[in-house]
Amino acid sequence: MTALLEVRNLTKSFQGLVAVNDVSFSLEAGRITALIGPNGAGKTTCFNLVAGALSPTAGQVLFEGRAIERNPPEAVCRMGIARTFQIVRPMKDMSVLENAMVGAFSWTTNVKEARSKAYESLERVGLAGKASARTDQLTLPDRKMLEMAKALSTRPKLLLLDEVMAGLRPTEAAGVVGVLRKLAEHGLTILLVEHVMRIVMDVASTVVVLHHGAKIAEGEPSQVVADPAVLESYLGAGFHA
Amino acid sequence: MQRTSDQASDAKRWGAGVAVFAVLAVVGGVSSAYVISLLTIVLLFTFMGQSWNLMLGIGGQLSIGHALFVGIGAYAVAILNIKYGITPWIGLLLGAAIAGVVGAVLAWLSFRFEVRGIYFALLTIAAAEFARIMFGGWDYVGGMQGLFYPAPSGTMDLAMLRGDSQFYYFVALVLAAVGVAGTELISRSYWGYVWRAMRDDDEAARALGVRTFRHKVLVVSISAAGAAIGGGVLGLVQGSIFPDSIMGMGISVDVLIGPVVGGLGTAFGPLIGSMAAIPLHHAMGSLGDSLGIPGLNSVAYGAVLILVVWFLPDGIWPAVVRLYEAVQLPARSRISQLRKVEE
Repeated sequence: MTALLEVRNLTKSFQGLVAVNDVSFSLEAGRITALIGPNGAGKTTCFNLVAGALSPTAGQVLFEGRAIERNPPEAVCRMGIARTFQIVRPMKDMSVLENAMVGAFSWTTNVKEARSKAYESLERVGLAGKASARTDQLTLPDRKMLEMAKALSTRPKLLLLDEVMAGLRPTEAAGVVGVLRKLAEHGLTILLVEHVMRIVMDVASTVVVLHHGAKIAEGEPSQVVADPAVLESYLGAGFHA
Repeated sequence: MQRTSDQASDAKRWGAGVAVFAVLAVVGGVSSAYVISLLTIVLLFTFMGQSWNLMLGIGGQLSIGHALFVGIGAYAVAILNIKYGITPWIGLLLGAAIAGVVGAVLAWLSFRFEVRGIYFALLTIAAAEFARIMFGGWDYVGGMQGLFYPAPSGTMDLAMLRGDSQFYYFVALVLAAVGVAGTELISRSYWGYVWRAMRDDDEAARALGVRTFRHKVLVVSISAAGAAIGGGVLGLVQGSIFPDSIMGMGISVDVLIGPVVGGLGTAFGPLIGSMAAIPLHHAMGSLGDSLGIPGLNSVAYGAVLILVVWFLPDGIWPAVVRLYEAVQLPARSRISQLRKVEE
């Protein structure tokens, strides 16, 4: 399998504070990878570096073999990397359908084409029935789904999801997991940033664990949970399974 | 289902627009000279307000210095026509082009250096005031004494855009109709969607691939060009141009009061708002003159603004639409329920 995205020695420091320290990993096409770690591990910074919202202090982000780490977020999106925000950000004065249409305008200027793509994206996340609703009428799980639909409308090759399951009840999270599985089956590559380890265990094929900005483990979920370094980072020193 | 109901409400909106402008055309045929001249100003500010509305109501960029663009348009038409006898049609195009470039440069420099929001608005005031003072000290354009069009002969000349007050009324009516229809079309186009997205959340729009920098420059440029066309015609209608009046803060306020009072980001808002605010402004001005209370018109503006912001914060037009829906929709659902009962 070839890597769709490769992160090489990525480092980001904020005025001396090193948030991401020499992190490398790669994402295989068509698979779900999870980036996890305790609070303050540098997950979201790492995510923002890949999405183009931040520029790294050092290191590279290669997408389909091209270095993209100096590109602004809109250019990164147009290359085929779509993201969601941890705190949902619907365009509040636009309908659900119109929200989903915006992403489509990254590759078309045809309104009809954008509208049909938006319907398709909404269908994929199960929101088609609420297309004409206002975004403030949506429940939190639906808003999370709308974030995904907006991103899907950009026709991404890689989908970056920032804590898409945070704040959801287990049954609601299960719904999101179902949608993610279906998307991966259709060939989409997904990078999931999650705080809660349990959620990613049954959906991710690979897990990358960050702690204090550095990568401490990488591998299949079952390997990673058995790793003493991972347990220590989550539960503190002296704890052994 | 969704699409057909959208089409139905689209057809209804366009129908309403055609009806409103048909009524205004009849009004122009039968009204007194005073009403016509007042409505001409209302319609011109509807058009200019619409251009301003495009920028803030849809593009999310606030300008409090639209007098800059209005003035550029007015001077472009006047200089070419008065000094060289060139038709105002050329002047309108040239003025729009110059204002478009000035707007684009202003926006480019501003957004390039992260001057945004209220700071950008302050910059527009500064640019307008700078231009006003510059034109006031510029002898070639008449300085503070301004420029005067020759008195109208009264015969209509479409090629030179000269005619009586009724002629200008219809010119203004056409402009206002173009402004309302143009806003509606742009709002439903690719531009409209990405502009509203960047208005609501710039960062989220960028994450969806919207190149917000160039779209902001574009919306300011188009808005500036529109204001310049309105300004060119305004100068013709008034017959004279002075930097203090055509590029002063007063014009910037006149331009934005229509959309703010009528409804930001709506197609009909600037028309409704200008209809409400400008005649009141004039009436209070005359009343103030006869009572010996100068500035009564400004008090009226202030009062209207406060009342609207207090009671109808999103403007008159959205309130009218809500009222209409509140009356219409329950009636319709009652009718459909009755039908079900009958069946």
